[in-house]
Amino acid sequence: MNLGASQVAKSGSMPSSSSHGPAQQFPAGLRVLVVDDDPTCLMILEKMLRTCHYEATKCNRAEIALSLLRENRNGYDIVLSDVHMPDMDGFKLLEHIGLEMDLPVIMMSADDSKNVVMKGVTHGACDYLIKPVRLEALKNIWQHVVRKRKHVWKDIEQSGSVEDGKLQQQQPDDADYLSSANEGSWRNSKRKKDEEEDPEDRDDDTSSLKKPRVVWSVELHQQFVAAANQLGIDKAVPKKILELMNVPGLTRENVASHLQKYRLYLRRLSGQHQNALNGSFMGNPEATYGSISSFNDLELQAYAASGQLPAQNLAALQAAAFGRSATKSVVSPLDQRNLFSFETPKLRFGEGQQQHLSNSKQVNFLHGIPTNMEPKQLANFHQAANSFAINMPVGSHGSQGNSLMMQMAQPQSRSQIQNDINGSYVSRLPSSIGQPVVSNGTSRVLTRPVYNQVSQSSPVAGFSAQHSTDLSRNSFPLGGNSGISSLASKVIPREETTMQLKGSQGGSNYDVFSGQQQQHKSQDWSLQSSGLAFDTLQHANMRGNHDVSQSALVQQTFSSRDTIEQSRNSSVLPSVLLQQGFSSSGHSSSSSFGKGIFSGVEENGHRNMPNIGQQLNAYFTDTSPRVKAELLEGNFYNNILPDQYDQEDLMSALLKHQQEGIVTVENDFDFDGYPLDNLPV
Amino acid sequence: MHRRLASMRKSLLDQGFLDEQFIQLEELQDDSNPNFVEEIAASYYRDSARQMLNIDQALDKVPLDFTKLDNLMHQFKGSSSSIGAKKVKNESTQFQEYCRAGNAEGCRRTYRQLKKEYATLKKKLEAYFQLARQAGPLETASRPK
Repeated sequence: MNLGASQVAKSGSMPSSSSHGPAQQFPAGLRVLVVDDDPTCLMILEKMLRTCHYEATKCNRAEIALSLLRENRNGYDIVLSDVHMPDMDGFKLLEHIGLEMDLPVIMMSADDSKNVVMKGVTHGACDYLIKPVRLEALKNIWQHVVRKRKHVWKDIEQSGSVEDGKLQQQQPDDADYLSSANEGSWRNSKRKKDEEEDPEDRDDDTSSLKKPRVVWSVELHQQFVAAANQLGIDKAVPKKILELMNVPGLTRENVASHLQKYRLYLRRLSGQHQNALNGSFMGNPEATYGSISSFNDLELQAYAASGQLPAQNLAALQAAAFGRSATKSVVSPLDQRNLFSFETPKLRFGEGQQQHLSNSKQVNFLHGIPTNMEPKQLANFHQAANSFAINMPVGSHGSQGNSLMMQMAQPQSRSQIQNDINGSYVSRLPSSIGQPVVSNGTSRVLTRPVYNQVSQSSPVAGFSAQHSTDLSRNSFPLGGNSGISSLASKVIPREETTMQLKGSQGGSNYDVFSGQQQQHKSQDWSLQSSGLAFDTLQHANMRGNHDVSQSALVQQTFSSRDTIEQSRNSSVLPSVLLQQGFSSSGHSSSSSFGKGIFSGVEENGHRNMPNIGQQLNAYFTDTSPRVKAELLEGNFYNNILPDQYDQEDLMSALLKHQQEGIVTVENDFDFDGYPLDNLPV
Repeated sequence: MHRRLASMRKSLLDQGFLDEQFIQLEELQDDSNPNFVEEIAASYYRDSARQMLNIDQALDKVPLDFTKLDNLMHQFKGSSSSIGAKKVKNESTQFQEYCRAGNAEGCRRTYRQLKKEYATLKKKLEAYFQLARQAGPLETASRPK
């Protein structure tokens, strides 16, 4: 019976699209999506839900759940998710859903320890059920739906112009709205659009069911983040953000509630960041996310005060800042340079953090960061990144700079990883960009920086181009920076790209979620900087043997799963290093990065290996093209990691290994360099 | 027949092999799912067997990775509690405590105990379901597990 990998079974009538909300007597017909990796639990829950007269859809993989939700944004009323899942942490899923779809999410777990429950609360869960879940507990979940709807409904009534579809249609043009020049025009255009749309919306809203939910698509969210960053997270008020975003049909209330969530998210990140500092990557990605929102000098300084800003944090911060600040003014080259230098990353980090931190009080990240950077610079940086203009001199600075850049772009996960990685090259990577690096033994959770990346596609292009040039240099040469930013931007939209690697050695909690879920098929992982290839290699190797935990190489976290799958055959496997967290049992689909790689490899038997070897070879030799292509796709986050490493080292290491074949990483979390051993070619 | 079944059920509950969750599952069983509980139990035994293999492997490693063991056991415990396997669940909890304390010997000892309880419950449930099939509604197909 197995619910099997990645399969979704629907019980009851199709929830989908057609009916918006319960047709008949509420709460009967409530459309519930239940996500749990344990098939037994899933069966029981489904049965219970049906007994409550709900429409239940089962899902045993978080990625699948996300894609279901994305495909059918109005198809579900509430989501029930397990906390511990192999492919993605339940909390990450929770965040994604909260940000993108704004659905009520209830967490479940056999774990009733206070801190886990607290985590649920801080991540925005509507409720937390202790397993085994009883029928009575499920009977009342409809209240969360009503509660949320009431809130949204109220927004709609007030604004009268909420439209799900419309938002998505927006083609965010980051560059445009970011630049201040448009300021005046947005208002006008926005007003106009609102007026035009209001009547329609109003009608729709009033007539349709009560679920005028604004769907925060990736693009929309990116716009939001860009706007918020531009204003400064502290000063970001919904009205201004709304204007900046210039999305017709979006109301101030929508923005307000989204902002609230976002702030919570940032806060959470910063909190986690602290943890990350200690070695778990968990926090980093998130930290960057939150922190970058606005860079202020003050904040930066505050951060600098703190003192211990681990490189990774910086990187993360930077990455976050990078991603986020797209909207900020362009950083002067000089500033940028500073940014890139090792110290600067810190600052940036601080800045980003500060913003966030000041709000939240977690300032850990910035400890000790010299605040050389001005937030503005940082902001500029981001902005440049976004608009891809950043070609900062940073690149020139040398790997450090790059790494920073990279880091910035990449959600901190990278940085975290970096720290953990014992390998030489690992250390090199100053800040991993969101790449989930599996450090030896530590659980790192790389969260994808999805949020930060404001710019979308364009940066990617820039990145790739630059990337190729800088390949030798650091994984993300500045040239790459732009790329990075783009990547980062890409990443952001992706919300899903979080690559979380929970270090725990065997822990299945690593969430490597490459973000793919989405549409990005890009081969992000082609991150291709040599680092990437490297990862892939490793990955490839690993696959042969082991179970994920062995592949310490997490690095590459390339992007999304998609790429992995695709790439599997085609080219470098996105070595998303998932490694560690992978429990062998779960990975059937490449949903998570690491998994993807592994599964890809495994699935294909070892035949992929040869390909991989070859691919890798090709890869190394010709990284540039690769980089471009894929990297940028949403998973940027993941990809970015590789850049961190010293390109040269990596390259040489890789090349060397290539000859020998893919190295299988046997040791758990053994990051030292990339042990390429038997790369079957 | 039904009476025998009821008394067997009661004894399983009283002896602590099963708990309230099992009763919940039985209450979910209806005409549309006449063998619901048996199916759940089958699913549980399938998954838990796999989970236990993982734990076995993890226990063979030296040195022991307590975090990993804790996580593996957490999964196992979740499954066990969902069918109401009380004793098994208790042993799982104990195991997790030893993991957190880093007590390798305690872990192994508890795990041995857990396996015993697991096997015992499995036998008892098999007998129970067999009886249930005989006593149950006529449309119940007696499907060997």
